[in-house]
Amino acid sequence: MSNPGDILLRAQDLKKSFSVPRTLQDALQRRPRRLLRALSGVSFDVRRGETLGIVGESGCGKSTLARCLVRLHEPDSGSLTFEGEDVLALSGPERRTYNRRVQMIFQDPYSSLNPRLTVRQCLAEALSVHRIVPASEINARADRLLDLVHLPHEAANRYPHEFSGGQRQRIGIARALAVEPEIIIADEPVSALDVSVQAQIVNLLLELQNELGLALIFITHDLRLVHHIAHRIAVMYLGGIMEIGPTEEIFASARHPYSRALLAAMPRLVPGRRSGAVAVQGELPSPLFPPTGCPFHPRCPMAQAVCRQDVPGLDLRGGLWPAACHFAGSIEEPTPLPRPRARTPKGV
Amino acid sequence: MMVSVEPLLRVNDMHVSFETGHGSVRAVDGLDLEVRAGEVLGLVGESGSGKSVTLRSITRILQPNARVKGQVFWRGEDLLRMSETRLRAVRGAEIAMIFQEPMTALNPVLPISLQIDEALVAHTTLGRAARRKRAIELLGLVGIPAAAERLDSYPHEFSGGMRQRAMIAIALAADPALLLADEPTTALDVTIQDQILKLLLRLVDDLGMAMILVTHDLGVVAETCSQVAVMYAGRIAEAGPVEAIFYHPRHAYTHALLNSMPDSSAARVALKPIPGQPPRLDRPIQGCPFVPRCTWATPPCESRPPIVTVGPGHVSACTAAHRLPSRIVPA
Repeated sequence: MSNPGDILLRAQDLKKSFSVPRTLQDALQRRPRRLLRALSGVSFDVRRGETLGIVGESGCGKSTLARCLVRLHEPDSGSLTFEGEDVLALSGPERRTYNRRVQMIFQDPYSSLNPRLTVRQCLAEALSVHRIVPASEINARADRLLDLVHLPHEAANRYPHEFSGGQRQRIGIARALAVEPEIIIADEPVSALDVSVQAQIVNLLLELQNELGLALIFITHDLRLVHHIAHRIAVMYLGGIMEIGPTEEIFASARHPYSRALLAAMPRLVPGRRSGAVAVQGELPSPLFPPTGCPFHPRCPMAQAVCRQDVPGLDLRGGLWPAACHFAGSIEEPTPLPRPRARTPKGV
Repeated sequence: MMVSVEPLLRVNDMHVSFETGHGSVRAVDGLDLEVRAGEVLGLVGESGSGKSVTLRSITRILQPNARVKGQVFWRGEDLLRMSETRLRAVRGAEIAMIFQEPMTALNPVLPISLQIDEALVAHTTLGRAARRKRAIELLGLVGIPAAAERLDSYPHEFSGGMRQRAMIAIALAADPALLLADEPTTALDVTIQDQILKLLLRLVDDLGMAMILVTHDLGVVAETCSQVAVMYAGRIAEAGPVEAIFYHPRHAYTHALLNSMPDSSAARVALKPIPGQPPRLDRPIQGCPFVPRCTWATPPCESRPPIVTVGPGHVSACTAAHRLPSRIVPA
């Protein structure tokens, strides 16, 4: 058993592409199948007991990454090690053990639970597949799992449709916890829930992490949430990590122009703060036709010729945490946040 | 920003219910609302609070099983009692609407040019060439680059953000005085959301429009709206200027909702969720609908609290209005 803070999971240069079905036009012009580049070489570590937040906009590859980590997708290349052991080479019982120790919870608790199983059957299935407890103890263990996620024991005999969204997400978490994992990968676990219910689930995750010493990979597009929950964050854009480092520091002075744009675009809970200036122009490029060089260069206000040609690696570049920007080392001060929009205060 | 005194739109004691196989569901339950020229009113609430239904009731585009009661005065005329012909002249021309999902709101088999043209034919007297010129102008206005070349594109050739811009262009075709925006940026990424919200704010200022922005995102409200109405279970909990609502909430629900949000000053501590669930709307609610989840509730809350003025332009339906502490919002 390793200690808290030890590296548990390490991904190195993970790549994943999907081939896209040819359109009729492509077929007629005898063009080859197109490749959608979902991950273009992703490297990071996860330490025991920590929360790593992965943030990014749609199409940045964050969900593909989650699925590669549990081998729901097989990466095309790169390596993935768990406690130093090569995960991608595992098969049979070892692979099953890995998949027990690294569990996933999904965004939509409506579709990730089997509607024809009661909560007890659902938990019992996980417990017996991985032979966590003898059959005679399954019921008692199911009750304990429900305690852990603050659901009443009566819930065990009901079906998923009888619960609200927040309660269903609790069931999803109980199911993941049933097999005593060491890492939980949560892919947008609260995005489908209302704000007041989100807080309940976030608290549950924080509490479980403290009690059970779990590592948590928290994937979200909600910057406010990730700021609250993560020790470190990785900012992804178009299949790559742009910057990875301690949450507070990145929120205070991000090193990559994309992280800064993302943070400037985040709506804050401060009235009248919005300036007229747009955080970043342009749209996300299609992963089918990624730009050459730095993936952010077509939208970047400081792009130079080198950015159009060379892909910047995720390196320290003289800073305290790595950033994939040719100019990360030469940026002194972060651009200030947009100034508040002038508006006469009323009724205060 | 000039704000005139006489409201452009005034909703008076509106009730909306839907007849379903399992009885009647009350989506909106006695709602009052006012929008003045030049104002951006945020209508905020969680799912099922009735914010979208309110918006759709104003222009009468609800499903046939909806029953709408009350009055909606638009420049002195009641939209709910207006003839279908007259309503058609108002809808789209004076009051325009944009939706959350532009892919379903736009017609996928018609080019954008034709969809803007439809609005121009219906609401202006321009000739064919002038309409095409105006359409290009509109696409330019909403920030679509190379508007003349993009005009004949189909919706599927546009990205999500571009589609939303195209929908805004269609809505602006007849120079409306009020824009109803139903979660216009919910389906968009945060950098694109930022672009669209700033575009909408610029248009509101430049064209002198008023806007009702329906959203569940309090951050969007804080940064975009001048006025806010907070909805809960089909009723207005409180309404007033955005600064007043965020710094001095006068309804226990608003107070609890704002306090449940993660704030940057205290990372990784437990949040303060609102316990329980919103009430079911298929049963009558006697008192304040928030009572079962409220930590400030007292016996008077068991009968429906009236909406009272609690500050300049600030109203609330909460008996605890003056007991709630002010909030400190990190700058």
